[in-house]
Amino acid sequence: MSELRAPGTFRAAWLLARKDLTIEFRTRTAFLSALVFAILALCIFYFAWDESIVPPPALAPGVLWVVLTFSALLGLQRSFGLEEHDRGIDALLVSPVSRESIYLGKAIGNLLFLSAVQAVTIPALALFYNLPVGQPLLIVSGVVLLAMIGIVAVGTLFSAMAVNTRLAELLLPMLSLPFFVPILMSAAQISQRVLAGRPLSEAGAYMKILISFDLVFIVACTLAFPFTLEE
Amino acid sequence: MPSTSPAVDVCGVSRTFGRRRAVDSVDLTLHAGECMALFGPNGAGKTTLMRVVAGLLRPTAGSVHVGGRSLRDDAAARSQVGLISHQSMLYRALTARENVEFAAKLYGVPDPKTAAMLALERMKILDRRETPVRALSRGLQQRVSIARAIVHDPRVVLLDEPYTGLDAAGGAALTEMLHLLRASGAALILVTHNVEEGLAVASHAVVMIAGRIVRRDTCASVDVQEYARDYKSLVIA
Repeated sequence: MSELRAPGTFRAAWLLARKDLTIEFRTRTAFLSALVFAILALCIFYFAWDESIVPPPALAPGVLWVVLTFSALLGLQRSFGLEEHDRGIDALLVSPVSRESIYLGKAIGNLLFLSAVQAVTIPALALFYNLPVGQPLLIVSGVVLLAMIGIVAVGTLFSAMAVNTRLAELLLPMLSLPFFVPILMSAAQISQRVLAGRPLSEAGAYMKILISFDLVFIVACTLAFPFTLEE
Repeated sequence: MPSTSPAVDVCGVSRTFGRRRAVDSVDLTLHAGECMALFGPNGAGKTTLMRVVAGLLRPTAGSVHVGGRSLRDDAAARSQVGLISHQSMLYRALTARENVEFAAKLYGVPDPKTAAMLALERMKILDRRETPVRALSRGLQQRVSIARAIVHDPRVVLLDEPYTGLDAAGGAALTEMLHLLRASGAALILVTHNVEEGLAVASHAVVMIAGRIVRRDTCASVDVQEYARDYKSLVIA
């Protein structure tokens, strides 16, 4: 056979992400469960809401981030579960791709998966809470994407750690949620201001915090990931 | 100049889990074109040793080198290894072809599609290439798993109970494949409970009990029936 040339970090990551998305596209189990959860949660919040007491721009950001966080956890749960079923992870670890590529591939797959869920959830939120469609909603979508990057960075790492444990479903939220706090706090503050019609510049400090945590989590989790695979 | 390093060099390897010593000071050397059959009862430490050699487990003591390099830290060394385990390591929602092609891409095989087809043909499962793995029987999944492990023409193949679930045709295809791999200069380590099956393809035979190597033989000097009797008495003792 001619010379093998193992794919570089990003090429290998994309191969993995594409494989995960193909599997999800065929089975649709995680997508449907995350989506159904998101829509049901929106409905519950809607019916429990008294518009005469709390105006939509005050409630909608809270609802958005609660729904987004827990639907993300549902998606993240499946990320390494896919590899665990028939020990596909062993085939990945024996292959010449780096551990970092495996992490990045999983993270990219999770990000695209969660973006698809949010592509339905955000318009549904706008519909339920009569939010202004246009620039504010576009800015909120951008903030959701930034928050998702941080959530996926942390969640992918903890998904790999939790998957081998008996209490994986419980352990993943317990490990992840404390790390989500700075991301969710900043993102909620920005979206609240934007939906209330205030300028984005008012939330500049929160934007810096959000982007900083994204960068820190991406770097730290990529470096920490190889250690989670040690038996 | 060709490398003079052994294909696989296991030197003083031990692996403990808590207080239990699963592998205890094992030394093995295997050269290109050789096949080592590794026999032993359940719990002897064979799978743990294979996982250490494959770089999936870090040894508690000792070292493992494949082609003179450490698998754990060297991607190029890992690209020379194929692993077949009793778990299929396949994705059930993907077809047989997609699984093998995905592996070929991970190893950087220049034409992954053709290589995948060739590997599936060698394992006599080409006609089921577009079937999702979840719809295949255990034996057919094992054939796909073997095709996945050999798609990049590895120089070292680690086989942990590869005959499990295979029917007569699948077993014959695997045996033929192992002979071909040996003839092409690949080194093989074959873990099996079946002495006849192991000795049919091996150049060396090793018996492992309670984490230690207790017997080593060269297959050319071994009578299969006698060896099977001796192995049985070793295991029962």
